[in-house]
Amino acid sequence: MASLTRDELLGLYRYMYLTRAFEERLERLFKQGHIVGGLYRSLGQEATAVGTAWALEEGDWLAPSIRDLGAMFVHGVDPIDMFRQYTARAAAPTGGKDNTTHFTRPDLGLLGPISPLGTQLCVLNGVAWTFRVEGRDRVCLTYQGEGASRTGASHEGLNFAAVQRLPMVVVLEHNRWSFSTRSDRESAVASWKDVAGAYGVPVRQVDGNDVLEVFDAARQAVARARGGGGTSLIVAETYRMLGHAQHDPQPYVEAEELEAWGRKDPLDRFGRYLLDHGLASEDGLGDVRAGIDRELERAADEALSGARPEPAQALAGVYAGEPRDAEVPWTRRRVVGYGELPAGVAPAHPFGDDGAPDE
Amino acid sequence: MAEATAAEPERAAAEGTTKETTYLEAIREALWEEMKTDEKVFILGEDVGVYGGAFKITQGFLEEFGEDRVIDTPISEAAIVGASIGAAQMGYRPVAEMQFMDFVAPAFDMIVNFAAKVRYRTGEGAGIVVRGPVGAGARAGPFHSQSPEAYFANVPGLKMVAPATAYDAKGLLRTAIRDPDPVLYFEHKFLYRRIKEELPTDREILVPLGKARVHRRGEDVSIVTWGAMVHRAAEAAETLAEEDGISAEILDLRSLRPMDVEAIAETVRKTGRVLVLHEAPRFGGLAGEITSVVCEEAFEWLDAPVRRITSIDTPVPYSPPLEDYYLPHVEDIRAAARWLVAY
Repeated sequence: MASLTRDELLGLYRYMYLTRAFEERLERLFKQGHIVGGLYRSLGQEATAVGTAWALEEGDWLAPSIRDLGAMFVHGVDPIDMFRQYTARAAAPTGGKDNTTHFTRPDLGLLGPISPLGTQLCVLNGVAWTFRVEGRDRVCLTYQGEGASRTGASHEGLNFAAVQRLPMVVVLEHNRWSFSTRSDRESAVASWKDVAGAYGVPVRQVDGNDVLEVFDAARQAVARARGGGGTSLIVAETYRMLGHAQHDPQPYVEAEELEAWGRKDPLDRFGRYLLDHGLASEDGLGDVRAGIDRELERAADEALSGARPEPAQALAGVYAGEPRDAEVPWTRRRVVGYGELPAGVAPAHPFGDDGAPDE
Repeated sequence: MAEATAAEPERAAAEGTTKETTYLEAIREALWEEMKTDEKVFILGEDVGVYGGAFKITQGFLEEFGEDRVIDTPISEAAIVGASIGAAQMGYRPVAEMQFMDFVAPAFDMIVNFAAKVRYRTGEGAGIVVRGPVGAGARAGPFHSQSPEAYFANVPGLKMVAPATAYDAKGLLRTAIRDPDPVLYFEHKFLYRRIKEELPTDREILVPLGKARVHRRGEDVSIVTWGAMVHRAAEAAETLAEEDGISAEILDLRSLRPMDVEAIAETVRKTGRVLVLHEAPRFGGLAGEITSVVCEEAFEWLDAPVRRITSIDTPVPYSPPLEDYYLPHVEDIRAAARWLVAY
């Protein structure tokens, strides 16, 4: 087992609680109508996200999936940016053009996902490849649910990483459910660690709700990758405690199973560990939680006080060079703007104007 | 002549018993009835069984038809469409659901290289339906909002339909399932629960592929469109009639391939002014194809240039002000119609 200082252990607790509390606040905002689109929670999976990302260093790259918010926070994403993403604000990392965790921050070493699953591993391979050929001491880590791991892109990506001996760690989060589909309908393997054999990569199966075991596996895999040992797979056994998204009350899940996994709650377990080992007091953990709650309240308020983007921002940023922006629709240009065309009078040619949008 | 291509005669026969039906229910009923009628019809896709589909279109199907005909698949669109092609060649009628049509991309190879070319190469068809929700307006961002018809339009061997009404949603799906060739069926998610119609319950609804319908009759300008934009065009047509004194005819193509060239030519011959409206981006969108059809088939009847109203040439943005800007507005349609009439 890796040796972590007391501060580091408290840090793990802090980020797991931050993830939990952030999502609970997000859910309240959802009920108040502030969230635009779907809300995807990672309840029960916080230890896998936080414990794996904890093994990375500055300059390493992380590609989270939808339920890896904890990893994003550990890797340097500011909660206020996540609030802005989910509330479609102009100041969000994507400026309101995309949602949820879908943003990339090269300065943080963060590669955002897209909705089609398995794709980010393929792209992260390109990042890892540059690390290898440039002889840089950097590592990439990415996640996929067991469902995502069944896509063609995912198979191709893991195979490519293995063949190229890329400095890559793939965390397969076996959370039992792909939307409503049980994991035994996603694959016929007896155990998800068996998939590693198809790619020729080392694998370690861990209790995904035990943050210390998760961290230990990640530390080992990251060290292997950093040392030129290539790609490895971690299979984290965990459970998606809520529906696919806010709209899904998961009627297909059996109550007993949910209860059993609820007793393995990663945050409670780790809190008890800290108390039992005299590493923290009840009051100390309470203070950590209260501090995060205050921080999140401030961040949510600030995010919500920001504006939505200006409509014509939709046109901007399609290309890097010329034309950078899409054209304003001809019907929205000044010459033939709304209501400006007298009936029966031939208008000026619609392309005679400078194309600037109405202000 | 004007009556010949309109679909309204089909609908006008609705004097028997009817039932109020949403666009979504119409799709569901078409699937249900085809599965009841023909035991070779089956459906496969992600979360179609236990959950009843992400939009609940196949709710109750698993219980009724069993696991062999309602198949929850892994997240593997290429495998879904590939298996459909194989089963079709063995005489089955597979309906493959893409949870969102945006996710058809991993199955692109299967559709354009396998399904579309198999009859031409071997004489054996692939009578599959690949269906799923398209379109924006749901604040769902760049990967749950696209209108991908133009990606497939340049592939001979494929058919494509995009219903705007509950009647057509039902009738086109039933016809598509019975068709011996691959049909992409684009259902607009914005219409699922917003459109309701009285549909006949005492007879089969079947709508032929390749036939457009006149959604609204008019004299001054033709709006050629399909899908959710039919309803936006109708909204614009109301305002044009009330406030601008312009009578707009709306032609709902319904089938995008084969396309009802005669119906397009006919409405242009009637009004002499045509506006092509679609939700997909402008460049390379089907409006370009339709414009060519107009020029080739009815050039002498034109009193003004053909104009396009489309979404802007960007991905579909997520934030409400951006998505609203992205889509064609009623006011865009109105301004274009006024421009055409004044030309």
